Amino acid sequence: MSTTTLPTDGFTPAPELADVLPPRKERSRLGMFIHRHPTIAVGGFMVIMFILMAIFAPLLGTVDPTALAPAKRTRAPSEIYWFGTDMLGRDVYSRVIYGSRISLIIGFAVAFLSAVIGLFIGLISGFIRSVDAVVMRIMDGIMSIPSILLAIAMMALTRASVENVIIAITIADVPRVSRLVRGVVLTLREQPYVEAAIASGTRMPTIILKHILPNTFAPVLVLATFLCASAMIAEATLSFIGAGTPPIVPSWGNIMAEGRALWQVKPYIVFFPALFLSITVLSVNLLGDGMRDALDPRMAKRI
Amino acid sequence: MSTTTQPLLEVKGLKKHFPIHGGILGGRTGYVYAVDGISFSINRGETLSLVGESGCGKSTVGKAVLRLYPITAGEVRLDGNRIDNLSQSDLRPLRQRMQVVFQDPFSSLNPRQKLRDIIAEPIINFGLASGSELDDRVGDLLDRVRLPRDAMYRYPHEFSGGQRQRIAIARALAPGSDLIICDEAVSALDVSVKAQIVNLLSDLQDELGLTLLFISHDLAIVEHLTHRVAVMYLGKIVELADRTTLFGTPHHPYTRALLSAVPVPDPTVKRQRIILHGDVPSPINPPSGCRFHTRCPFVFDRCKVEEPVLRDVGLGRMSACHLDVVPDTVPNQPVVAEAAA
Repeated sequence: MSTTTLPTDGFTPAPELADVLPPRKERSRLGMFIHRHPTIAVGGFMVIMFILMAIFAPLLGTVDPTALAPAKRTRAPSEIYWFGTDMLGRDVYSRVIYGSRISLIIGFAVAFLSAVIGLFIGLISGFIRSVDAVVMRIMDGIMSIPSILLAIAMMALTRASVENVIIAITIADVPRVSRLVRGVVLTLREQPYVEAAIASGTRMPTIILKHILPNTFAPVLVLATFLCASAMIAEATLSFIGAGTPPIVPSWGNIMAEGRALWQVKPYIVFFPALFLSITVLSVNLLGDGMRDALDPRMAKRI
Repeated sequence: MSTTTQPLLEVKGLKKHFPIHGGILGGRTGYVYAVDGISFSINRGETLSLVGESGCGKSTVGKAVLRLYPITAGEVRLDGNRIDNLSQSDLRPLRQRMQVVFQDPFSSLNPRQKLRDIIAEPIINFGLASGSELDDRVGDLLDRVRLPRDAMYRYPHEFSGGQRQRIAIARALAPGSDLIICDEAVSALDVSVKAQIVNLLSDLQDELGLTLLFISHDLAIVEHLTHRVAVMYLGKIVELADRTTLFGTPHHPYTRALLSAVPVPDPTVKRQRIILHGDVPSPINPPSGCRFHTRCPFVFDRCKVEEPVLRDVGLGRMSACHLDVVPDTVPNQPVVAEAAA
């Protein structure tokens, strides 16, 4: 029953609990998540914004990013041309917005492909010693070549296209993932809980599936986000030196490469794609950092 | 033993040598003689403790019996049937009967599995239960190790070291095993928790008729819980006797040195500490003759050339020493009163 019915003659009634205790902060689930993992929240939000931007590029006040307008070359940023125009009169704003499609596709594709292939190779070489010796020497060989040089060489052998850029960067990244996975597998194999699983009659496939794989996901996911970020930079680098996506494709690297000649007089042509690239890479890295902390189950119940 | 009952576990001449790889081509440059021919047997419902300094190969024995790695030589029999020459797939059904509890309760449980999945794993492996029956069994096992039933929906990191060791024991009990190998199972725990776990193990042994191979370096704990003790030094058993004989009248000089190192919680007790000098020799290149001769206070010429065999020296005690009667006191060492200040 409520406290108001209690006799109060001669006594000052005790203050109700609500008055004594500070008001409890009511947080929604989303609020709790943001409070616990601010880096994931910020990085994830920004990555989602970039993805939305790439998907809805035609609705964001853009024009055809490849449309030439020789009469309106190298215009400075204005209310018509938000980021100005390049030396062929193309709208830099539209090109930058459309360019995010290329960067994101290449970043995600490289991260996904190298994670899957690297996970597979790493698991096999972590478990089979004879394969390990051969595969890891090949991986060492690939890693001994600077990845950007390797990618340039790969591009020199093939036709310039988005798929070939993805393949070239993936080949350079696979050894990184497979070495990480192999290392994790070798440590996990020696873990007492894996030995206990063997001793309690668990079959090898189950051990790999239940005890090894789940424990490799977190480091692989974290590495994959960093590879995603570095693939975006690698794509821009390749395009910048003319070894990446074909010049007709509006990728951030291509826009910067074309603006390079006018850098000193028209810096905005280079500045905007560079800014977008930096922010995208930063947000992907933030996401990766946050996930590294959050995916450790020992930190999951952090207050 | 005068009874005709077969020992549950019988180990004969067990050897485990780890190859050392070195050089540019990774060739074999030698061996670590971790376990070098040891024999013992454990009867049903009995506890045999394997004690010794770190590095003497006692954990290797446990893992070799479990076949967590291949055995170099020797025989392991479970209920009279050889298991050392079985393939892993033939061995699998027999694993139901022998389980292990490891030292470190933090790394012996998969951090990504809930307790229910950890404890249910052996039950599922041997097809012993499924569905709601499985949950009941896991709950019963948690009862057995004195943990609340609803703990099964939690992760290992939510528990303390002692509680985690209870979880590991529950997992070891899960398939209804007869033999549990406790590999330093209480060494990583605090003294009070250690006592709880030791008592739990003894209770479980009484309730379920478990057979324990208790690997430890902690003689005080061993004395509390074991029936028989095997003392190991550098991959060999130097003395094997029942508890009262070994702790009351130790025979082998190494056993005596070990026992004299056990702290006595009474500052007025005067006793002779046998201080061993030097380190344990390397198991890569063990000493000739008796392996203990480099540190033995009673060493004489024969020890350096002839290796003593484990033989009966009376009272059902096996000892690997050339001396039939080992002197009670060591020359040139004073009787000390510890913490007499």
